[in-house]
Amino acid sequence: MALSTLAARLSLAALAFTATAALAQAPIKIGAFLAVTGPASFLGDPEQKTLEMYIEKINAAGGVAGRKIQFVSYDSAGDAEKARTFARRLIEQDKVDLIIGGSSTGETMAVVPMVEQAQIPFISLAGAVVIVEPVKKWVFKTPHTDRMACERIFLDMRSRKIQRIALISGAGGFDKSMRGQCLNVAGTYGIQVVADEAYGAGDTDMTAQLTKIKGNAQVQAVLNAGFGQGPAIVTKNFKQVGLSVPLYQSHGVSSKEYIKLSGGAAEGVRLPAAAMLVAEKLPADDVQRNVALAYKKAYEARYKQDISTFGGHAYDALYIAVEAIKRAGSADKAKVRDEIEKTTNFVGTGGVVTMTPKDHMGLNLTHFRMLEVKNGDWSIAQ
Amino acid sequence: MLAQFLLSGLTIGAIYALVALGFTLIYNASHVINFAQGEFVMVGGMATVALSAAGLPLPAAIALAVVAAAAVGLALEKFAIEPARNASVVSLIIITIGASILLRGLASLVWDKSIHSMKPFSGDTPIAIAGATLLPQSLWVMGVAAVIVALLAWFFGRTLLGKALLATSHNRVAAQLMGISVRRVLLVSYGLSAALGAVAGILVAPITFTSWDVGVMLGLKGFAAAILGGMGSGAGAVVGGLALGILEAMGAGYLSSAYKDAIAFVLILVVLFFLPNGLLGKRSSERV
Repeated sequence: MALSTLAARLSLAALAFTATAALAQAPIKIGAFLAVTGPASFLGDPEQKTLEMYIEKINAAGGVAGRKIQFVSYDSAGDAEKARTFARRLIEQDKVDLIIGGSSTGETMAVVPMVEQAQIPFISLAGAVVIVEPVKKWVFKTPHTDRMACERIFLDMRSRKIQRIALISGAGGFDKSMRGQCLNVAGTYGIQVVADEAYGAGDTDMTAQLTKIKGNAQVQAVLNAGFGQGPAIVTKNFKQVGLSVPLYQSHGVSSKEYIKLSGGAAEGVRLPAAAMLVAEKLPADDVQRNVALAYKKAYEARYKQDISTFGGHAYDALYIAVEAIKRAGSADKAKVRDEIEKTTNFVGTGGVVTMTPKDHMGLNLTHFRMLEVKNGDWSIAQ
Repeated sequence: MLAQFLLSGLTIGAIYALVALGFTLIYNASHVINFAQGEFVMVGGMATVALSAAGLPLPAAIALAVVAAAAVGLALEKFAIEPARNASVVSLIIITIGASILLRGLASLVWDKSIHSMKPFSGDTPIAIAGATLLPQSLWVMGVAAVIVALLAWFFGRTLLGKALLATSHNRVAAQLMGISVRRVLLVSYGLSAALGAVAGILVAPITFTSWDVGVMLGLKGFAAAILGGMGSGAGAVVGGLALGILEAMGAGYLSSAYKDAIAFVLILVVLFFLPNGLLGKRSSERV
């Protein structure tokens, strides 16, 4: 054959080889938008750090099915608008295969329509039940829902013979959602909500609302639905106003930052949270003990910071995704989505996850623990 | 219950009064509304937190933070206002808005975007008064604010520099003709106003936490208080601040707690519609 044709064929062959070689090494792109700074920073900062640390670990061990993970993350600062912008950038410019993110409910819900339209699997790290109910094809989540928080708290209240409570909540998406859920399920647990106060985002003084609650003689306990700076101020004002009834918080404050900001006022506060916060105090046969301890040791050694459940949500999301990609054999969005939905008995920091087409969260109340703040640290409530 | 609302209203009202006094000072010296006033408040609080965390004892941290804020105020005057001294008042106001955005951005870089708490000056055991509870920090707020107002009254009434500031606010040309250096007056106003804001920020941080963007709301509410009391009147700033604080607390307690912030802004509208000179402002008339 002519030299030019041979050369042409050889170069084509060479191109084909390098192309397939390049494809086989193409990294799996995981994108994230997290509230690393801003009012939700004690959610997003540990989430970012966790994802970075574990993706590094996975890559050092050879990646997923021979492919490295490329991590692209943006800081949404807790703002839903920014979250939407960054999610669009992840989908259209960075062309990621999967998104983990949405530290807060507001940010997550703002991104849901985009993710459904782009048909890309999205694992949210936010709390409200509305994220997975009604179930959306491409949206999953790892933290316990706000409804579960209400139920877990009401169970504890019932065991303490509390029947009439006051609710106080903020203006954010999670706050409003949890308040709605608590109002809905209270009756099932024999709890009656006799006072319902609210505060605005960024409010710095809740003594007026708490004074009203104090003036209501029927109130036997107070439930604060919210996260961020609001609950810390509510806790401080709670002590200032001299309320002596039990105070319950949601899992939105399950970070040492909350205890620090509240000062001594957080003593005795109860909240539902994942087992990892009390990892060393778990009994030896607890199914979550190993995972929780391993995460705690690794995170504290690397970042010299206390762990929080928020980092745990990110850990669960990452490994659920990675296991799904391994089972799917590729990063194809539809296949990975199907495999995420088939997650069964995944032991994470939040609990044991089993998802179904109708349940894109996969957790129940079993592994949601009731914790109490004692001596500035978490302890299992008796 | 009324007592509790009154006490929290007075506490936050004292802070608004201090911020409003800052607005008044600069307005009197230059007819400019300094929208970076809130940022001076923020710098005071954040600098104190940062210096305390670096190991300085609290009193030293506070003193340094106030000095730092005053320096920021002087820098603002020297580098942003003075070069544009012949521009219209509106342009200068816009410059201060730009400065406030710059200061916020710098704060988030120099420090961080997290929320910070500060140790109360004398503990946090609530004091019971008239069926309500008061934090010791609130007493600090009200006490220091009262002392500052008294000091300012002495400064403007009895010192030459204070009288020079007052003279400039009445009639700038006449003041210049009398040998008063308007440039110096402006510098002092901005420095003093920044120090006032910083003190407010430091006093209130143990109660409300501080962060890089705490100046936005506090600045706007201080502005509302200044308008309520009459822009340009020192007594008006104090009255307006206290009134706004109490109205907010009452509104949150008796009306709706979710819309507390709206009260300040609705008040601005009401005042501008019905009483544009505020409660204590001069009823001015244009002479043809």
